[in-house]
Amino acid sequence: MVGVVGLEVHAQIQSRSKLFSGSHVKFMAPPNSLVSHFDASLPGTLPAGYQITQQRLPIAVDGTLVYCQFEGRKRNQVLTRSVRIKQIQLEQDSGKSLHDDERSQTLIDLNRAGVGLMELVMEPDMCCGEEAAAAIRELQLILQALGTCQANMAEGQLRVDANVSVHRPGDPLGVRTEVKNINSVRHLAKAIDYEIQRQMEVLQSGGTVLNETRSFDSRSGFMPEPNLPPLYVYESDACVPADVDPAQVVVIDRIRAQVPELPPARRLRLVETYGILLEHSFTLVNEDGLMNYFESVVQMTKAEPRKVIGWVMKELMGNLNLQGMKVAQSPISPHALAELINLVESGHVSSSAAKQVFQEMWKVPEKKARQIVKELDLGMINDRKELWRICQGVVERYPEEVQIIRAGNMKVLNKLMGEVQRETKGRTDPVQVRAILEDMTL
Amino acid sequence: MRLTHPRCKVRELPALRTFTSARRTSWSRWIHERHSSTSTPESKVPKMPTWESIAESQLPPPTKVSPDLVDKLERLALVDFGSKEGVDCLEKAIRFADQLHVVNTDGVEPMDSVLEDRALYLRADAVTEGECAEELLTLAKNTIEEYFVAPPGNIPLPQREESPAHSEL
Repeated sequence: MVGVVGLEVHAQIQSRSKLFSGSHVKFMAPPNSLVSHFDASLPGTLPAGYQITQQRLPIAVDGTLVYCQFEGRKRNQVLTRSVRIKQIQLEQDSGKSLHDDERSQTLIDLNRAGVGLMELVMEPDMCCGEEAAAAIRELQLILQALGTCQANMAEGQLRVDANVSVHRPGDPLGVRTEVKNINSVRHLAKAIDYEIQRQMEVLQSGGTVLNETRSFDSRSGFMPEPNLPPLYVYESDACVPADVDPAQVVVIDRIRAQVPELPPARRLRLVETYGILLEHSFTLVNEDGLMNYFESVVQMTKAEPRKVIGWVMKELMGNLNLQGMKVAQSPISPHALAELINLVESGHVSSSAAKQVFQEMWKVPEKKARQIVKELDLGMINDRKELWRICQGVVERYPEEVQIIRAGNMKVLNKLMGEVQRETKGRTDPVQVRAILEDMTL
Repeated sequence: MRLTHPRCKVRELPALRTFTSARRTSWSRWIHERHSSTSTPESKVPKMPTWESIAESQLPPPTKVSPDLVDKLERLALVDFGSKEGVDCLEKAIRFADQLHVVNTDGVEPMDSVLEDRALYLRADAVTEGECAEELLTLAKNTIEEYFVAPPGNIPLPQREESPAHSEL
């Protein structure tokens, strides 16, 4: 049996004011402070809060969301998938109610009432939690790039309901249940997989899956909205009638010109411009501020972008993830990292010693790379006589290994190189050391 | 569609005159605010409401709402009409709507909105109202701190085994 997953997404439209009133849209404000008489459906005539479902046509139909998923043991195989978007509708958010069971009453805050929502209905083209999570992650990035939604699930700006069912491939779809109220992409994946597993177990043990949600299905009922005149959409400014204020209408050409670089185009540009791996372009685009950080470092250093990406992915992201920090919180600025990479490029410090310098800079951000190299004596040993002396010492201490190398097993040379690295705290150039050791042993 | 405060809504509808004039006041204030805060050339809202009285004799016989129908409506809407008074309100509301029967619609295409010959327009995304929680809360019957207080969401309805409405749910 396989799982079948469809998603219904409500994305809060990022705006200063509400859809049909001039009240402020803000997260975390005192209850009922962002409410006008209209939002409170006063003077008691409008049943506010119901869905403004389009009467004739949804805002958009028959779309596709292309997203990528990583597979394989190292999660570096990129699979491109797509999910059909049935329609996008415009809705108004409802108020928030807090249930006080003890005193059997409901407390109502209308701050959210009337805030514009985009409802996206995705077809059941996904088969597991991971696919749904990848699709939602891509949607978040697109909405954030467009600036139409902040798409933070924990703050309720993006709410995802999943319709989950299981069936044998080729059979009609099974009875579906809803997974609701999930506050992160990771939990979405887990909740969907749990529900698929649960349904499979129910069916395998001879039971039946029951659909317990009896709520009104917004997709089946279209409620005419008599208070809204039709919305006309114009192809270009030239199409707008003379008696209409051009600032008060929707003109497709004008919007098209404002659409910024979207995530897929951004990734492609990063791969093509800098010659980095596709999987790295995903991380650069996914992490807020990381792409700018990377591009700043590239501009300030002579090093190849492929080397810079290593520092950004391993050292920077490694430290940030370990401490649960965001890119903007990094104690090491792009400029400071560029200085460090330049020291490696100019041969002042080996790349392994530079990693120690990086950790020290993380702890003491006010110190410059050059200063730390000096204080910790991590500068590269470039003096050929000294290198020769150190290698000589190692060769004398490992006579057996030298014999094996002489017998033709060059792999053992790596052990001697490791010894030199340890003795010099990584302050040597591996290419130089290898050449000297080869000279001595062969 | 969710009816949030139907009882309140039903009760206000028959009082057509007072409510219309109240709305007129709020509309004219709104027009005034638009003029002062934006460069909208003219309001899209008519300045004056118009109406005419309909004589009782022109209307069809009044509708009576049976207890079974009330029961069904209560279950569908998850709202308790409560009393005889609630049912009276509902009947009055239906009576009010009966006036629509008098309108001559010969040769008029059915439409969902009387605004179909108008166009929806965009306004500037600017904050122009709100910050009046205190004023709004004084209008509510029950409040706690800055919240409105409503009855619990799902009102437990008594089971009416004999009711046909129950089995349909």
